[in-house]
Amino acid sequence: MKLTLRVWRQRNADAEGAMSTYEVDGISSDMSFLEMLDTLNEELILNGEDPVAFDHDCREGICGACSLVINGDAHGPERTTTCQLHMRSFKDGDTIDIEPWRASAFPVIKDLVVDRSAFDRIIQAGGYITAPTGAAPEAHATPVPKPDADFAFEHAECIGCGACVAACPNGAAMLFTSAKVSHLNVLPQGAPERETRVLDMVAQMDEEGFGGCTLTGECATACPKGIPLMSITNMNKEWLRATRKAGKR
Amino acid sequence: MTIPAAYTDYATGAPVVDAKAPTGPIEQRWDTRRFEAKLVNPANRRKHTVIVVGTGLAGGSAGATLAEQGYHVVQFCYQDSPRRAHSIAAQGGINAAKNYRNDGDSIHRLFYDTVKGGDFRARESNVRRLAQISVEIIDQCVAQGVPFAREYGGLLDTRSFGGVQVSRTFYARGQTGQQLLLGAYQALSRQIAAGNVEMHPRTEMLDLIVIDGRARGIVARDLITGKTDIYIADAVVLASGGYGNVFYLSTNAMNSNATAIWRAHRRGAYFANPCFTQIHPTCIPRTGDHQSKLTLMSESLRNDGRIWVPKAKGDTRPPNRIPEDERDYYLERIYPSFGNLVPRDIASRAAKNVCDEGRGVGPGGQGVYLDFAEAIQRMGRKAVEAKYGNLFDMYQRITDEDPYEVPMRIYPAVHYTMGGLWVDYDLQTTIPGLFAIGEANFSDHGANRLGASALMQGLADGYFVLPATINDYLARNPHQEKVTAEHPAVREVMAETEGRIERLLAVDGDRTPDSFHREVGELMWEFCGMARTDAGLRKALERIPQIREEFWRRIKVPGSGEEFNQSLEKANRIVDYLELAELMCLDALHRAESCGGHFREESQTPDGEAARRDDAFSYAAAWEFTGTGEAPVLHKEDLVFEYVHPTQRSYA
Repeated sequence: MKLTLRVWRQRNADAEGAMSTYEVDGISSDMSFLEMLDTLNEELILNGEDPVAFDHDCREGICGACSLVINGDAHGPERTTTCQLHMRSFKDGDTIDIEPWRASAFPVIKDLVVDRSAFDRIIQAGGYITAPTGAAPEAHATPVPKPDADFAFEHAECIGCGACVAACPNGAAMLFTSAKVSHLNVLPQGAPERETRVLDMVAQMDEEGFGGCTLTGECATACPKGIPLMSITNMNKEWLRATRKAGKR
Repeated sequence: MTIPAAYTDYATGAPVVDAKAPTGPIEQRWDTRRFEAKLVNPANRRKHTVIVVGTGLAGGSAGATLAEQGYHVVQFCYQDSPRRAHSIAAQGGINAAKNYRNDGDSIHRLFYDTVKGGDFRARESNVRRLAQISVEIIDQCVAQGVPFAREYGGLLDTRSFGGVQVSRTFYARGQTGQQLLLGAYQALSRQIAAGNVEMHPRTEMLDLIVIDGRARGIVARDLITGKTDIYIADAVVLASGGYGNVFYLSTNAMNSNATAIWRAHRRGAYFANPCFTQIHPTCIPRTGDHQSKLTLMSESLRNDGRIWVPKAKGDTRPPNRIPEDERDYYLERIYPSFGNLVPRDIASRAAKNVCDEGRGVGPGGQGVYLDFAEAIQRMGRKAVEAKYGNLFDMYQRITDEDPYEVPMRIYPAVHYTMGGLWVDYDLQTTIPGLFAIGEANFSDHGANRLGASALMQGLADGYFVLPATINDYLARNPHQEKVTAEHPAVREVMAETEGRIERLLAVDGDRTPDSFHREVGELMWEFCGMARTDAGLRKALERIPQIREEFWRRIKVPGSGEEFNQSLEKANRIVDYLELAELMCLDALHRAESCGGHFREESQTPDGEAARRDDAFSYAAAWEFTGTGEAPVLHKEDLVFEYVHPTQRSYA
């Protein structure tokens, strides 16, 4: 098929950006969206133009690197990562807008590549269980009820792509943060740091300049891994509980 | 124009000896080595800087653990976050000899299965240590909050994998690698916050700094600014993964590359068994020339899925219209006791054979069916969904076919490399102070890796082995010379790196980096893939220097070196693939036997199984670099089997 692409081009963090228009032809419906962009880039290189920079790595929907806003939707029209989106979701003759994640906490590095290191700093603030190597008890010493284990897993599936932030009208990172809080706080192993974890991670999230949550739910709709909106409710509950407990001390 | 010379001959040098391997009863060797290793006083550890390259299971766990011990760690990854290393894509699970099932498992059995599965081309001492540590890994990961699958009673669930008859694989749905990696990443994050790890994301190692014969640092490029810089340390740990991307199409991440290990090889680290690559039997077949990578379907699917092709050649009926008695469940037929759970090398070759016979299915006949109809009937769709749901979804997304309704189509693809930098029992390369862990080394899997063993090895190396053995090196070399950017050896490495980048940008030819990568990859798949012959390998060895020559004449890299430039990153990695590919072919040519994933057509049993030649090839081949396009020198490490007697592998 033949497509018109309107792509955000921005030389570097300090440069002004703008949408540029390109035509691509001979696109197969079996191609992934990123393979379509590969095709464009091969042509650009041979024409002596700068290829479009975009983040990608595993191309199987798990590393969380790919991050495109396609026709206004984070990761495009299907509920999946950009790399798992295929061209069969588009029609011959379509015009497709391709933009980077837009959020003040995710500054653009080049073209469609943004800086998501704020996510790493939220995890560094408390998104872990302190268990130095060698100090672990026998794995079966603490059984975990299956519903709790399943709840933990469901939230641990987050790939840290940032679609939740990109989709949120406020640029909030609530779903990302609450997914990790929910994963670790439900487990018996996570209990000793349950309060400090949620307080520290939320504080870091605020410090990074992410917006506030107004429960519009766009985040959960955009999430390629289906992290539920209830995760945010759960984090609010955890935060309230921790704040009260801190007040009593 | 002169045609670049090819090499097919090589010199044999002195044998390479693992001087750190302890002797005595195999059960005690790891404890013996740990006791004999010198320690560094906790107060002195912070004075030592250790560089770790890579943040996958091996690198992430090593960085976190070394920092917990008190060392100053400086760590690098090319990704934008350490959480994205390609270990994250491992699906099926991690082996551990816990024997929770009471099904006859033991440390000795895991050791035995791994040596046998590797077709007797791995070191017994290393594999025994791996099996021993496996049980500690599960404890460690559970303590970190890794959400493994559990039974209703709250205890851990396990499943079976290829090449074994016990159920010892722990898993987190089809995302075990992701969950284990996030565990290591979170431990690493805690150390970054504590100031014990200085983390450099989006920074790629481009060369190794060796001073007075010791590894003392690296040259790395900041991928955002393009600036190359030097980083000095007391020891360097490479955890940069394997080199499967030499083949262009593989299940590796797009940016996984061989530059760190290849540059170390060029600086003096021997490269062992480069031809040992694993072709995974269950990947989604390619659909066309646009294909940029291949996607794996977890081996765990072989627990319940049945593999078959039509009995008749050229049978183009849809699978559901082919009656039961006209189907050939060939793995169950040829290997009745292991059935669909034979090791990967055997399953891959069997798939190739039926396709070569003209019985393959799907476009181009390059595929076999993996059928869940029977499992859905037996367990119900719900149970199948709970076990494999995310894999089925992924399959459907890529192929637009519903595997609950029609059988999956699968075909083998390059997945893992058993070869890598030669290391001794301490995981130290032939360059003192340079260590290699995880897939980057060659140590534990011999000629074929069993499923769910890569995660085990990566974490064993990173959490437990390296942190114990690196002490010994640092304790014996407490006061190394201070090195600055002005040191002549450092300036030389910097100049070479910058020179290479300038040269890549200066050619301004008419071919893209991808076009060269694709060309060398297709050549490797054809001649150094699932089946290899003397004639084919010689053809590849003749062709590779020509591609290399053309590369330096016609490569086109847009932009400059002082900016974010993904084409430059790619081109620079291809420079190394074009040398490594040659070594892989030479290694495959010289090893005139079949073993594990290395199948030489000249060496097979009457029924088409791999015929090992222990009389001539019971050794690890460690190659020494002598120059680009020059024949390397072979150093043999003889393999001794005291506990698992080499036999013809039988899974029938």
